[in-house]
Amino acid sequence: MCSLALFPPPLPSGHTTLCESNNELLSGASSEDHRLIQDSSLLSLYFPRESLKLHSRTESSSKAAFLDHSETLWMRSAAAWRDGGFTGLLNEITNSHTEVPKWLSVSSGCTLALLQWVSSFHGSLFPHLTLSSEDMIAEFSQVLNWPDCVVRAFAWHPHTDKFAVALLDDSIKIYNPKSATTPTLKHRLQRSVAAVQWKPLCASALAVACQNCLLVWHVDPCSLSTRPSSGCAQVLSHPGHSPVTSIAWSPSGSLLVSASPMDTAMMVWDVAAENCVPLQRVGGGGVTFLSWSPDGSHVLASTPSLLFRVWETRMWTCERWPCVKGRCQSGCWSPDGSRLLFTVQGETVIYALTFTDAPGIPAGTSKGPQAAAVVADLSETTFNTQDGDITVGGEIQSLAWDPKGERLAVLLKGDAQAADRPPVIAVFKTRTSPIFELLPCGFVQGEPGAEPRLMQFHPNFQHGALLTVCWSTGRITHVPFYFLSAGVPHFGLNGSPSLPRPQERPSDFANQSLFTEMIS
Amino acid sequence: MTECLLQVICWRAAASIAWAVLLLPPTTAAFIILSRFSILHPFQWISECLSLLTSASAIFSFILLGGVIIIVGFLNLEYYTVIPNIACSKIALLGQLLHPRQFLSSLVHCIMGIIVAWCCAVTIGGRYETLGYPCVESDGSPEMCLNEYHLVLLLAGAFVGFSHSLLGVIHNMNYVSFHTVQRYKYLRFKGSLPLVVKCSATQALYSVRNYIVIYFFLGYIPKTWMCKTLNLHLNRSVQVYIFINALTLPSGLLDLCLIYHLWISATFLLFTWYITLVLFRIFVTEVYSFPVQSSFTEDSHQCLPKVITEKQPMILKFLALQDLALLSQHAPLRRSEVFSLSQPGGHPHNWNAISKECLSLLSDLTQRLIVYHDTVATNGRAKPLSTGSERKTSSDTSVISGDDPFTPKSTPLMKTPASVFTRSVVGGPQSPLTAPFTPDLDSPFASPALRRLTAPVGQCSPWHDTVQSPHIMRRGPKLWSTSTDSHVNGSPQLSPASVPSPKQEVSKPSLLAQFLQNRKEQVKNFLAKRVLIMYLFNKLPEASSQALFADSQAHIWALEGLSYLVQASFSEDRFGVVQTTLPSILSSMLVLQEAVDRHFKLPHASSKPVRSSGTMGDCHYKTLRFALRATLKTAIYRITTTFGDHLRYHYQNPLFIPGGNYWVLQSYKDSLTVPFTE
Repeated sequence: MCSLALFPPPLPSGHTTLCESNNELLSGASSEDHRLIQDSSLLSLYFPRESLKLHSRTESSSKAAFLDHSETLWMRSAAAWRDGGFTGLLNEITNSHTEVPKWLSVSSGCTLALLQWVSSFHGSLFPHLTLSSEDMIAEFSQVLNWPDCVVRAFAWHPHTDKFAVALLDDSIKIYNPKSATTPTLKHRLQRSVAAVQWKPLCASALAVACQNCLLVWHVDPCSLSTRPSSGCAQVLSHPGHSPVTSIAWSPSGSLLVSASPMDTAMMVWDVAAENCVPLQRVGGGGVTFLSWSPDGSHVLASTPSLLFRVWETRMWTCERWPCVKGRCQSGCWSPDGSRLLFTVQGETVIYALTFTDAPGIPAGTSKGPQAAAVVADLSETTFNTQDGDITVGGEIQSLAWDPKGERLAVLLKGDAQAADRPPVIAVFKTRTSPIFELLPCGFVQGEPGAEPRLMQFHPNFQHGALLTVCWSTGRITHVPFYFLSAGVPHFGLNGSPSLPRPQERPSDFANQSLFTEMIS
Repeated sequence: MTECLLQVICWRAAASIAWAVLLLPPTTAAFIILSRFSILHPFQWISECLSLLTSASAIFSFILLGGVIIIVGFLNLEYYTVIPNIACSKIALLGQLLHPRQFLSSLVHCIMGIIVAWCCAVTIGGRYETLGYPCVESDGSPEMCLNEYHLVLLLAGAFVGFSHSLLGVIHNMNYVSFHTVQRYKYLRFKGSLPLVVKCSATQALYSVRNYIVIYFFLGYIPKTWMCKTLNLHLNRSVQVYIFINALTLPSGLLDLCLIYHLWISATFLLFTWYITLVLFRIFVTEVYSFPVQSSFTEDSHQCLPKVITEKQPMILKFLALQDLALLSQHAPLRRSEVFSLSQPGGHPHNWNAISKECLSLLSDLTQRLIVYHDTVATNGRAKPLSTGSERKTSSDTSVISGDDPFTPKSTPLMKTPASVFTRSVVGGPQSPLTAPFTPDLDSPFASPALRRLTAPVGQCSPWHDTVQSPHIMRRGPKLWSTSTDSHVNGSPQLSPASVPSPKQEVSKPSLLAQFLQNRKEQVKNFLAKRVLIMYLFNKLPEASSQALFADSQAHIWALEGLSYLVQASFSEDRFGVVQTTLPSILSSMLVLQEAVDRHFKLPHASSKPVRSSGTMGDCHYKTLRFALRATLKTAIYRITTTFGDHLRYHYQNPLFIPGGNYWVLQSYKDSLTVPFTE
């Protein structure tokens, strides 16, 4: 089992991690170096917080801008029914006690109190139900400190070098290094974006998890328009299924699953037909996080309570996995879909589950694993550096495994109060044979003062793995890990493995990049 | 040949009926409890319910209800279809409603509604129990009077049954759709149960409302008829209007109790029938695993490559295609059988049969789309008419005679690829503005007079100047509607095997023809101004597009199956059987892609249908074209990403250039470079 004590110490302040080459993480002293070594095909973006125009008001406060207009009781009741449902209607009747008969207002008040009592009871069973939808997204998002993030969601396209960035002002920008246009997606319903994901085996479809619904944008890559109209977006909504905190496309691109902590059902969407199949399971009180295994056979669905489920996608049955200490916070699948790594809130370890489903055997007959094994211990470890002691470790916010299955990035929460315990990304090397184990690789650190918030691996990076990190400053950087993949055979035209390009020192990188800069 | 496989369908239907009958006791118990609901006397209520449940009358009515369920199940089996029957205009819908077959179904539903309502009346008891009751006439003599409450309930059952059968046609309730998400039958049933309850309750509410209105005005007819035939008397002193409670007449309140009983009975009736329908759908669409190859020759007709090419029982073809799509994704062992070679000879028979059938399905759809698109100009209007009246008379007669099976001069009919699903789904070539008359000439509603009336429209249609192929002329009048009788049970008409040579004699434009032509134009213009006729004959928007893609579930599976098999062949195909067909697969997909893209540029084609959630009718067919477009794109991308640069080699290799049509290759090449880049 690997622990943080085996890691090389964190970099001194002012140094940033540049890349991994020859089995060691290289760092640079200034941000200049950082920018220089970036692959010219990869965009390093910076969104200053000031440049974003935020909403000055919330939706509910617009009511105050209008004069109070007296309507009949019927009209108000109808409006209350439309806006607030049954409780809204009861509220309206109770409040307008001067106009309705006394027995009606009293009985509706009693019913309202009863309902509130029942819902508070329900809320005591599932405390997350009492949160507002923004708080709920912040609680269950994979992004660290979601409400404060400039970049709220990030998604690489699975087949090409473009990516989508959801920003604090609820807009989504699509960047492509090969194209000059950066489409900006805005929609009336696109608020509080919790996750974005590109549809596999499709050039244009981008699913967006919003506060009240699910949007699927169709952004034509050949279009020159910078503001696609909202007609390009499909709105998928189901009553009671909001806020959507997690989405996952099936790797074959045919289905989309979405999860909401308010809804005990997980929705499986047939996006083209715009219909959904709710997969209802009682227990758990909602679904918070979804992850589809890369081979398409399983879906991890975690709930707000001490329980997560692993669905198999052939007949959509599930296994229940009760946790002891906390809810499942994050999880990721190995590229062949046989191994699931997950973390539990309140614990500082990474667990592994191994699924040995023979593909030919029909679902249900094959036995899954009996218990999860601990594969890494990330409890707090203090390193002595020249800047003083730095404590690293603690709870885990999210996990990311690169598509080749060789590097595992772990985003550690740190402690927002203590200055010497910043959030940090720890990267492991993973090895599957002879036994599955994690080996230390190093910490990925950014500029001074920048905290990692969100990370994702590039889905098809040629020379190893490429980790994209969104920082609290609004910067998006890419950290390449150059290595020769051991297990995966290389399919090339000439049959020989593609050569990992950089074996040089960072100074050579700088020269090379300078050259490209000069000619550009 | 396919009898044993058809038996599978019958057994599935039988199982669904058996489950529906088994579900009857709990449903009946719930109905009894709800119908005798009284909050003031809870103990009396419960004890009455219990005693009623064990009484002889309950058991008798239970047997009756079981019989009704079995008949409903048989009707489901008889009337179901996997390709929906889409009416493209109001008149076509009317034709469907008035079709004798449909009329028979409505009649049976009516009778069964009465039976269920009688069971309900007996169960509820009290004032509903009997048809007659002893009363005292004004002259003091004892008589038998008509119990109007009983009559109202029976007629309500008949009405609800009738409206259920009508709505079944309008909402395509006999259409059985296949789901993309496979689940076990129990879970699927459990998931659809809330919808069934909701639908039956709301539908019962609407039906009861309509029934009350109708009975209020026309109720005296059955009442007096009943009195006359059964020699009963109407006790006028008691009931003035049945729905207005005699006691509360001054305040004008409705008899809420009666309305509640009507509603709960209608809900019970619809619930049991809907449950039967839902169970039938769930059972019949369950995945059936066909063997890919059999070691015994006598079983070979049950194998997947054989069943997939069969046309007659549509459900079997669909099940086979579904199985193909699933095996190509999930079953490596069965995939290896597909890629295997035959033992003596070493021919890839399995793969050849499967790929050939899938490719022919795709080319059918492409043909259909091209023909449809050629008839409709890109702006949605019909193309300008040519003045070729010389050919019109001859084609005119052939059009009319083509619809009349008894005419000796039979129609030229070519066996085209598109006639695999021979149906008139090619949609309407005419926009509402240019041609308001688009009746269903196949429907029984269309009298010979009507046919003669609408015949000129056929010749005004742009068929004659764009498509010369006789089989298209044959299908000309059928374009804008689907025929009612051809595929009600999922079996399309097959084209006659022997076809006479096309008759294309060119006659001189005679004076008479000219005169007739003018008169027809006048009649058309005259009728076009009448609102009702416009209403009836106007084409429904996007219906033609829906009809065009009505059977696209088959194409979706074919695309999925092919693309997954090709993807798997990259690593699993040891003999290279897929390599030989890969160019034709790609080119047919690309041609289809182009046709689909062109189709979606037409008006109404890309407009999303209104999502209706409150009906039991399956709206899956309305979105099939979008699903097909998405699947097609994904399939092409799947192949190109799997093979990647290897395709470039194929492209450069002259052996792999398919057919020599250059533009296909061009787009084929484009699909390599374009897919995910700008």
